[in-house]
Amino acid sequence: MRYLPHTSEEIDAMLATVGAAGLDELFASVPSDCRVARPWDLPAPRSEWELNDHLRALAASMGVDEQTAVLVGAGSYHHHIPETVRALAGRSEFLTSYTPYQPEMAQGTLQAIFEYQTLTARLLGVDVVNASMYDGASALAEALLMALRVAKKKRRVAVAKAIHPHYRAVVRAYLQPAGFEIVELDTLTSGRTDLGGLAAHGDLAAVALQSPNFFGVIEDLDSAAAVVHRTDALLVAAFTEPLAYGLFKSPGACGADIVCGEGQSFGLPRSFGGPYLGMFGCKAPFTRNLPGRLVGETKDAEGRRGYVLTLATREQHIRREKATSNICSNQGLCALTAAIYMASLGGTGLRQLARLNYDRAEYLKGLLVRAGAKIVFDGPTFNEFVVEFAADFRPARERLLARNIVTGLELGDLYPELAGRYLFCVTETIDKKTMDTIAAEVAA
Amino acid sequence: MSTTNEFPGTGGLILNEPLLWHKGKKGRIGMSIPAGEVPAAAIDPLLVGEPADFPDLSEVDVVRHYTRLSQWNFGVDSGMYPLGSCTMKYNPKTNERQAATPAIAAAHPMLADELCQGTLRLLHELQTYLAAITGLDAVSLQPAAGAHGELTGMLIFHAWHRHRGAQRHKILIPDTAHGTNPASAALCGYQAVAVKSDERGMLDPALVAELMDEETAGIMLTNPNTLGLFEERIREIAAIVHAKGGLVYGDGANMNAVLGVMDAKRCGIDVLHLNLHKTFSTPHGGGGPGAGPVCVTGELEPFLPVPRVVKEGDRYRLDSDRPLSVGRIHAFHGNFGVLVRAYSYILSMGEAGLKRASQLAVLNANYVKERLKDVLHLPYDRPCMHECVFSDLKQQAQKITTLDMAKRLIDYGYHPPTIYFPLVVHGALMIEPTETECKDDLDQFIAALRAIVREAEEQPDLLRQAPQRTKVRRLDEVQAARCPCLTGPSAV
Repeated sequence: MRYLPHTSEEIDAMLATVGAAGLDELFASVPSDCRVARPWDLPAPRSEWELNDHLRALAASMGVDEQTAVLVGAGSYHHHIPETVRALAGRSEFLTSYTPYQPEMAQGTLQAIFEYQTLTARLLGVDVVNASMYDGASALAEALLMALRVAKKKRRVAVAKAIHPHYRAVVRAYLQPAGFEIVELDTLTSGRTDLGGLAAHGDLAAVALQSPNFFGVIEDLDSAAAVVHRTDALLVAAFTEPLAYGLFKSPGACGADIVCGEGQSFGLPRSFGGPYLGMFGCKAPFTRNLPGRLVGETKDAEGRRGYVLTLATREQHIRREKATSNICSNQGLCALTAAIYMASLGGTGLRQLARLNYDRAEYLKGLLVRAGAKIVFDGPTFNEFVVEFAADFRPARERLLARNIVTGLELGDLYPELAGRYLFCVTETIDKKTMDTIAAEVAA
Repeated sequence: MSTTNEFPGTGGLILNEPLLWHKGKKGRIGMSIPAGEVPAAAIDPLLVGEPADFPDLSEVDVVRHYTRLSQWNFGVDSGMYPLGSCTMKYNPKTNERQAATPAIAAAHPMLADELCQGTLRLLHELQTYLAAITGLDAVSLQPAAGAHGELTGMLIFHAWHRHRGAQRHKILIPDTAHGTNPASAALCGYQAVAVKSDERGMLDPALVAELMDEETAGIMLTNPNTLGLFEERIREIAAIVHAKGGLVYGDGANMNAVLGVMDAKRCGIDVLHLNLHKTFSTPHGGGGPGAGPVCVTGELEPFLPVPRVVKEGDRYRLDSDRPLSVGRIHAFHGNFGVLVRAYSYILSMGEAGLKRASQLAVLNANYVKERLKDVLHLPYDRPCMHECVFSDLKQQAQKITTLDMAKRLIDYGYHPPTIYFPLVVHGALMIEPTETECKDDLDQFIAALRAIVREAEEQPDLLRQAPQRTKVRRLDEVQAARCPCLTGPSAV
């Protein structure tokens, strides 16, 4: 096997040094009744070339491929990824290194993550951002746990129903064992969350909104912050599409206390849902309550600028059961990837790309309305919107699939009251011709 | 010693590079953006924000920046990385290619099952392989890291006890278990009860019997433990825990020692997580992403996270109709790209290859242990598994610490071992060579450590001043924590 370098002569020499007669003897401490007793029946080992063929065959069995126009987002977005992002994030000095516990040997990772923290904090409008969480969903769960820690005695949080249903499911899984209570907030006809009855829910540690929310609707975070803060709760702002903040006001600027969500849009492929990037930041007063790793700047013995992992007293390996989270490995390489993507776009490019996404989504909205469809929620949207068709959309959807276009996510499984409605997503990867084709098929 | 006496750690061409925002010029761009094609749409000006304060850089600016940064880093591809408990083995290049297969990298996670048969099949096969390898019955691939797997395991404990009608509030955690365990258990409201290992570094069933009661949900142990030793009496311990209505969690972070040897189910383990970024060769990426699949007995399968990937005839589908499930712990299917790499590794290695990997990992660790134990204190002098733990006891006379030796190793061109862990050994130096290091490279590493031990006696300042050949020297971590500077611009 090409990954195993030992020759039989070397093995013999090493066994002699160790004082063992054979390799099996090295496992003498494993009792016989703990041992593997039957074959695993794994497939025969494949050569590199056979492995290529095998994965190619798996890929060929997919109903859609990289050529398909997929107008579905729902937390996983198709944006163009520059080759530079792949090439640089794929450099093996980054890829094959461990967590930077030895900072003198990891200044590349450390400076890159410090830059990631900085750019992401500027994007989200917060003071501090950590070095990443697993994904947007677990980031939201950790944000609510953090708010409960900050609030100390409170046991309840409110979560908008317009937050991604999978994220809410993860929140339930994380909060349920400790007995925290979750109140769900309804959606108005605008697609925004109803914050009217907040006070009636009693002592809330936090209120979580997503903006743009699952329906693509931009929540009124400015007003929400005022309302939520009046109840003495923290505003947790979640997101699945950070590109929106290239155009719309950032959650931090609107007054959110903790901002968290999914960074996949920034240079990561859809890859069937992972690895993605949990972005997580907050206002300065809450820094020491943050979960996860943080990179900080310092000086070396000669006064030169350098970076280290810092404020580790919050973390599991120091605080043990009193840590702010159990997270250890995070999504470091995904954070690096997002930083390279943000650096490639720059401030000017970010605004231009976000605007392009907005314009294209609005264009399809207009076409569909002219073709007789209705936009279900009348609030402003970014990239995604919910469509109700005059007639059963399924036949047209099938015809479009035959033309390699996947149009929208049917919402009945996730929101029974929205059965038969479709969540559409348009990014810069969907061209005018494709949108015109969809509109023609809907009109037909 | 190999054919040359030169250590890898010679000084190199280390270029300076400013922070991103000290580069570039307003108006540059490093990425191609499609043409407009459609008219500009109306937008509510009250919703529009200030443009994000990002530097504008050209493509060349970006490429040079990250290339220079990468050159300040050290990875497995740069050299030996004997970081104990982290299993820094070689990360095969072909695995990267497989994960980047276009239709797989482009797969959307929310489409209908019939459009995703290839990715679902891959998940199902990987579940089957990991079940076979661990001896357990069912697997969830959702957890995104080892600690996430631990959390999933604790959620399963919690849901199982609740289903049986009586919740418990404590959990046993040996002092030789992984560091993340107590924090993972705490998320389920379990209070950690420490179990001391004996003078041989082993868990004593009598002590477990004393501590285990009907208020205790079970035990979280690591086997082989963090001293690199196999828990020989694990079956007895499991029987004690089971008799009191508890469950046994096995932290499989050290699985690289026992592939083809240990059957977790026969050991009495109910729930086990694997670290695919350790045992199954996926790259650590400077801190992640990893993957921490959870393997369970048939009895606990109903509690695994949803959705489950199931096979019906020759079709695959996602099944969420599992009323006892702990729910969802990841937005989608876990770190899928990492799973593709581990799947590729298993298919490349095959059964014999995986078993051989553990044999050679254990051989390498024992070889290093034997060749260093005359100069470094070995607190538990007995055959080890895939890692060995020394301490700085013999260097204390010169007031040289584990940290000093670790930093000096950097000058010799090696990533230091894990230091000051496990906590049960004072001044621990935990070496895990892994199977992908050859004898020549081990000999050179051993020679480097022996040279350092000599230097500790003759020129101890060389160690205290180390490292000297890196981009930066020792960094002021106290200052970093006292006055945190967590975002730019730079304070220096």
